[in-house]
Amino acid sequence: MEFKYSEENQKKLDEIVSHYPHKKAGTMAALWLAQEQNGWISGEVMEEISAQLEVTLEEILGVITFYTMYNKNPMGKFHLQVCTNVSCMLRGGYQIYDHVKNKLGIGNMQVTDDKLFSLEEVECMGSCGTAPMIAVNEDYYENINIEDVEKILESLKNKN
Amino acid sequence: MEKIVLPDIENLHLIDIYIANGGFEAAKKAFAKTPDDIIDEVKKSGLRGRGGAAFSAGLKWSFMPKSNDKPKYLCINGDESEPGSFKDRQIFEYNPHQLIEGILIAAYAIQAKITYIYIRGEYHKWIKLLQKALDDAYAKGYVGEKMKETFGTDFACDIYIHKGAGAYICGEESALMNSIEGKRGYPRVKPPFPAQNGLWGNPTTINNIETITNVPPIINKGWEWFSKIGEPKHPGTLLFGVSGHVNKPGVYELPSGTLLTDIIYNYAGGVIGDKQILCVIPGGSSMPPLRGDQLEGVKMDAESLRAAGSAIGTGGIIVMDEDTDLVQVLARISHFYHHESCGQCTPCREGTGWLEKILRRLERGEGSVSDLDLLISVASNIEGNTICALGEAAAWPVRFMVTRFRDYFEARVGKEVTLSVKNKVHSMRHTAIPLAPVTK
Ligand SMILES: Cc1cc2nc3c(=O)[nH]c(=O)nc-3n(C[C@H](O)[C@H](O)[C@H](O)COP(=O)(O)O)c2cc1C
Ligand code: SF4
Ligand code: FES
Repeated sequence: MEFKYSEENQKKLDEIVSHYPHKKAGTMAALWLAQEQNGWISGEVMEEISAQLEVTLEEILGVITFYTMYNKNPMGKFHLQVCTNVSCMLRGGYQIYDHVKNKLGIGNMQVTDDKLFSLEEVECMGSCGTAPMIAVNEDYYENINIEDVEKILESLKNKN
Repeated sequence: MEKIVLPDIENLHLIDIYIANGGFEAAKKAFAKTPDDIIDEVKKSGLRGRGGAAFSAGLKWSFMPKSNDKPKYLCINGDESEPGSFKDRQIFEYNPHQLIEGILIAAYAIQAKITYIYIRGEYHKWIKLLQKALDDAYAKGYVGEKMKETFGTDFACDIYIHKGAGAYICGEESALMNSIEGKRGYPRVKPPFPAQNGLWGNPTTINNIETITNVPPIINKGWEWFSKIGEPKHPGTLLFGVSGHVNKPGVYELPSGTLLTDIIYNYAGGVIGDKQILCVIPGGSSMPPLRGDQLEGVKMDAESLRAAGSAIGTGGIIVMDEDTDLVQVLARISHFYHHESCGQCTPCREGTGWLEKILRRLERGEGSVSDLDLLISVASNIEGNTICALGEAAAWPVRFMVTRFRDYFEARVGKEVTLSVKNKVHSMRHTAIPLAPVTK
């Protein structure tokens, strides 16, 4: 299926591309907007960006595989990210990660069967002083414990 | 103590409050002087970079060519991905307009018409907060074409945010420029340096968020005032981010040269459960770790920390109590640098993999004493042999921790030497391929 930006996103993209002297520099923003709209970077997304910004498919593939935040596959509706880097580890980051993992029965970069949740063990998120943390899509939850995680998961299920 | 970067003023993030507290007065003052005067003022103030290397900001600006035959660029580094560092996000949230004003002054000093603020992709929330502040500053005529009228000058510049997408290496200044250009974030071979050959081959200056936020007060109150705060060789306040086993983790703005023990015990509320400190990493996870018995009298500024056998880095202080599993800590740190190596240089790409492999083996209790020497040898072979400083960032924690905690690591070595050679070195970044095929 063909991918086209929504009218609003196309406007945003045109605006961002105008910030740079070369269209190619809009690649990362183009990928972000497409991911917001489409959930992940499909082949069709790459084709559209390639045509608009005059960059090759290989270059786009190079970019999406380099940056960890571009989804190369569809992820869950709620993408859970738990930091286990050193400051979080010292304050129970692994316990949080393991809890979510066991609770949902999925591993790193896996999606639950109902496509509701996906899990990722992430590197430092800049929450070291408010560790441990979990991020749900774009939102950070900091200074959390296992009970908080339970509550967060429960409220996400209800939101659905 | 006066706070320069994060003053205690309620709602300072709102442009009206910022203006009511003297906001944009420094820019006005700056535009009445010559760019060279500004560079001179910042040079004399002694302001040093807060992004890791503590390089003189004014000196860096002076490297920019004076001729105007090529466009010039300013990049502001808000990638903030070094584990243990979480200070720049405070500026986005609590004092964004001082950052914006600092950018105006720095851009004027180097005559850059365009500034890109690079912010890590995970900081969605802080990107939105800063964008809001920027929109307000544009609307009020402090940024963009309208600033000519507002400030009565013929200088105007634009400021744009460039959102990253998850890659620690993009905090390295030349990788950051490649990332802005829409490429993979590969560090570039230096020389040429950014001031000669930066963004799209044009003169470019890169500064950290906190560095630039210090500029407006320097212009307002003068270089002499700033140079007298804290340690003379590294003056001003620093944002110290304290994390790990302390009662009150957080960001503390204090004069440079504040005692490390003072920060940990007084400001950060001491160690949880009054335990002993086993280890402290004073400047973000890539800096040489200090033993608990090395902390007495250590001052937090670039020179004092170097003398103490570490470095200031980002000022991110990670505190570990006596019950910490240091082998696990070091293995986790090594995993990070292995994961983040961009893979261009063989010593870094392969070496970081070996460091992690060996440390995982030690973690499982299967290591041997010779593994400790091997760790130091692998680390030493990375240092100085790579394109960018991620090599050192990966090597330092290993070399210094194994050396300084030799007894600790030896105690963790298994009795049997089980050097199974099934070590497969993973040399590629983790990517979640396979990709869906491109369909026509
Ligand atoms: C691997 C690596 C990661 C870095 N990450 C950052 C970062 O996240 N933020 C930053 O300001 N500087 C970072 N730096 C330092 C920058 O390369 C550069 O020196 C700095 O942004 C310059 O600003 P300053 O002079 O104001 O400190 C990093 C360096 C390396 C080698
Ligand atoms: S040192 Fe490592 S991160 Fe830096 S350029 Fe070389 S391989 Fe890449
Ligand atoms: S170590 Fe987890 S947020 Fe920094």
